[in-house]
Amino acid sequence: MLLSATIATPLAGSLLVLAIGRLRSADAVRWAALTAAVLSALQAVRVAFGIGTGGLSEAVGVHGARFWHLAADGLSAPLVVLTGLLAVVAVLASWRLDSAPHFALLLGLTAAVQAVFLAADLIAFYVAWEAVLIPMYFLIGVWGHEDRRRAAMKFFVYTFSGSVLMLAGILLLMAETRSATFEAAFAAGLSPAAQSLVFWLLAAGFLVKVPVFPLHTWLPDAHVEAPTAGSVLLAGVLLKLGPYALLRVGLQAAPEAFEAARPALAVLGVIGVVYGAAMAFAQSDLKRLVAYSSIAHMGFVMLAVAAGTPLGIAGALIGMVSHGFVAALLFLLVGSLYDRTGTRDTARLGGLGARWPAWATAFIFAALASAGLPGLSGFPGEFVAIVEGFAAFGWLAAAAAAGAFLGAAYNLRAVRRVCHGEAAEPGLVAEIPVLRGHEVAAIAILAAGIVAVGLWPGLVSGAGSAAMESLASTWAVGP
Amino acid sequence: MNELLSAPWSAVAVPLCGALLLAVGGPRFVRAGRWVAVLGPLWVALVGAAHLTAASGESVAGSVAWLRAGGAVLTVGYSLDALAAIMLVVVGAVAAMVMVFSVGYMGEVSGLARYFAVLSAFTAAMSGLVIADGLLTLFVAWELVGVCSYLLIGFWFTKPAAADAAMKAFLVTRLGDVGILVAMGLVWWRVGDLRYSAVLGAADTLGPALGAVCIALLVGAAGKSAQFPLHIWLPDAMEGPTPVSALIHAATMVAAGVFLLARFWPLFESSPAAMTGALWVGVLTATGAAIAAVSQRDIKKVLAYSTISQLGYMFAALGVGAWVAAVFHLVTHAAFKALLFLGSGSIIHATGTQDLHGMGGLRRAMPATAATWVVGAAALAGVPGLSGFFSKDEILHEVLLHAPLAGAMLTAAAFLTAFYVSRMTLLAFAGEPRSGVRAHEGPPSMTIPLVFLAIPSLLAGVSGHWIALQLGEKAKGVDPGTAVLSTLVVAAGAVAGWVVYRRGPAGDATLRGVTKGLWGASESAFGFDRAIRERVARPVAAFASWLYERVDRRVVDRAVEAVARGARSAGAALSDIANGDLQGYAALMGAGLVLLLALALRAG
Repeated sequence: MLLSATIATPLAGSLLVLAIGRLRSADAVRWAALTAAVLSALQAVRVAFGIGTGGLSEAVGVHGARFWHLAADGLSAPLVVLTGLLAVVAVLASWRLDSAPHFALLLGLTAAVQAVFLAADLIAFYVAWEAVLIPMYFLIGVWGHEDRRRAAMKFFVYTFSGSVLMLAGILLLMAETRSATFEAAFAAGLSPAAQSLVFWLLAAGFLVKVPVFPLHTWLPDAHVEAPTAGSVLLAGVLLKLGPYALLRVGLQAAPEAFEAARPALAVLGVIGVVYGAAMAFAQSDLKRLVAYSSIAHMGFVMLAVAAGTPLGIAGALIGMVSHGFVAALLFLLVGSLYDRTGTRDTARLGGLGARWPAWATAFIFAALASAGLPGLSGFPGEFVAIVEGFAAFGWLAAAAAAGAFLGAAYNLRAVRRVCHGEAAEPGLVAEIPVLRGHEVAAIAILAAGIVAVGLWPGLVSGAGSAAMESLASTWAVGP
Repeated sequence: MNELLSAPWSAVAVPLCGALLLAVGGPRFVRAGRWVAVLGPLWVALVGAAHLTAASGESVAGSVAWLRAGGAVLTVGYSLDALAAIMLVVVGAVAAMVMVFSVGYMGEVSGLARYFAVLSAFTAAMSGLVIADGLLTLFVAWELVGVCSYLLIGFWFTKPAAADAAMKAFLVTRLGDVGILVAMGLVWWRVGDLRYSAVLGAADTLGPALGAVCIALLVGAAGKSAQFPLHIWLPDAMEGPTPVSALIHAATMVAAGVFLLARFWPLFESSPAAMTGALWVGVLTATGAAIAAVSQRDIKKVLAYSTISQLGYMFAALGVGAWVAAVFHLVTHAAFKALLFLGSGSIIHATGTQDLHGMGGLRRAMPATAATWVVGAAALAGVPGLSGFFSKDEILHEVLLHAPLAGAMLTAAAFLTAFYVSRMTLLAFAGEPRSGVRAHEGPPSMTIPLVFLAIPSLLAGVSGHWIALQLGEKAKGVDPGTAVLSTLVVAAGAVAGWVVYRRGPAGDATLRGVTKGLWGASESAFGFDRAIRERVARPVAAFASWLYERVDRRVVDRAVEAVARGARSAGAALSDIANGDLQGYAALMGAGLVLLLALALRAG
């Protein structure tokens, strides 16, 4: 029951927090939320240890009719752990909010995301996929900034439109294979004609989530308007649903269509790397900058997915986990800054290295991780995407290598404008602020993750070797 | 102790521990504990020396798997051979002297813990770079020395010029690093292994990609070693504290490009295109930077252009196959250029100015600095008997032999070198003091490193034979014809410098009158930096903004919204999708779910 419990724990926590909200004690609510998030993270870690070198699976049902299949393996476990950790970070990021529904939605969102990563049948997968949308919609629409309603609606319509197509793909897949579980549906196999239709219907839903150019414009708007915790989970885990689903469902349901689509996916990835970086470079709003940088980072992930080799899939997984930590840290820091100064505009900031050294140190650290500095988590995923990209697609990957330069450009320019030089408005940060305990805790969790994955990327992909080989062998001609 | 000495990884671990200790200890620890920073580099030099004096002379290697998936394994590891050991001695010795000098030079500035911690981290990363066993490990260390350089150039980060210079240095070198990433991609594609042991013998496996790999590596090396057209970051990097310039931007990190190409010699020599590229990049850089060095008023800028120029000599040597001469010059240059930079630091510390026109007469106030400076200056100019003479001659000889035009240009650059060395020396030390500041010699922590660096600057010329033997090549020795030629050229340059500058800074005005436009070109380094800024960097940034405003916001975003609007007006059912009615969404999802369940039941 470990897998069900991984979903049930944050869900129960969510309901409990709502109930405690009636007590009208902000402290009780936030500590209950934190407890629930920490327990959820511990469950997630147990899953990672539980899979060993193989996997876990379970089926839930009544009277022999099993309608809810769950499974975990080396591909999903790292993402489950990431989600658990980021749930804790999201709660810490919302610490000063006095709102039980907000915390309840964070935990509910966590449960829904865990359900996507753990689902092992198409129905559970679809239900969980759609369930993710609802709490995110409210988090942006209710607790967001000025233009929150529009941004929330845009997020919803975009991804919902994607999932309508995905639903069509799932229905077609189920109708053709007459199976609902992943195992049976993938084993049954599809005719080549059906494969390509199913694959692209599914991919429509997945690629909007990544997001890939030109389906990305919901992302910057959603991030700019979302509250900090919303951005943490949106960038940290929601973007991972796309590549994960592509590997878990798209590749396995339609392996030949995946093989045919690899060059297209690689091109989409490379466009994301270059275009996302160029857009990030053009921003003066820090949140929008980080949002566009996410598109660039996910571009590397897409390139690695497209390579499709065991190492490529490992690189994609490492890239996803890394981006989860790095983007979460950047959004957290920008949120902290906004709380103190009321601005995210780089033209109004500057000189924070002297005025707020603790914050500036963390920001430079995060920016260097985002720029792919070796030793931190951004490097291994990018590196693998580039070298495997070369092996699979030749010179196309040179554009991704150029992305490594572009990543340094927008990140270091942000550091230059925000941390270095002199303050543009000296009154903005009059006294040196103090990072509060909950902020320090959240930063520490993320920084530890960034260093650990950077030094030892095998931490993420080590247990998944078998899963990656089997995924790769699905489409590739076996030895 | 002995066991640890023969463990190459300790050359990274020991300075790294020092860095962590200083970082964690913070301001309170560093006041008493800054001497800890000297121990790391000393250890690095010892590890190198122990390997060179060991009887066996075989390389010591070890590695760990960093990432494995399927059948693919990426490893990081070390391999200590003679070339790496020579580099360890250079890095460790110069870094140790720079650490000692910094104790006096930096005094009690705020951020001292940050300074010594990052400098120690740099030493660790630089050691890692030279003992790397393959491209992956090299690249990791390569980037880490880059980021340490970034943090140290921007040590005074509230100063806009320093902050800009730090960013520029990192970005320009990173542009070169794209070349190394491409080279790694090509090697991984064709060979499937990034370790030197597999790559260096794989010329045949690489086939047509060989030339591309070598040129890509050349691009990376040119970025790090500040070669045309990627040299523009190094003069700006002088915004960093002067001891940092001595270690990172003169002796060690900027030589990493030369080291990389020397390391890849077995592949490099099979690619005529890359060799020709290295030769001409080197010659153009050596000559152009020597011209730029002549007119600079900032003493550190003279040294910066001089460094770019000398690195150009090394690239030219690589371009004609004289890789041993390149390494030899790398070693001697590390000694005398570090000495000159620390000497300039001593002057700046004493006078508070970097302007050569504001100095003068320092020979009396600062005798130790003056004496050691003259040794370094003579070595740089290539005065017979000193270290620079032997190494530069070997390069001149080889280049004249293989490419006479290139050799002639390098000979002209040698004349300019002697000229600007004598200008700089006369302006700083001769004549009468031109500022009101009463200059004085720094504390022993500053003068002792100068003396220690003067010794190899004076004598390292004799190590040429030995270095060649260590690297497994035949020793070339001094060619009498070249020696006579270069001695005459150096004498001519030095005398010309004396004639123009014996009366002090007025010489600049005289030369400006004589050379007309050339002087202005020299002052602005041919306006190249400005052209890059205005013709490349700004338009690219403007293009990104244009792309965002006009394409991303107006075209892509609106197109998608228009599609959504179109869909909305297309039918009542779809209009519900976008009207914000959550019950409607729930109903739609519910309907989807029912459909799914129905299918599932049918599927049984």
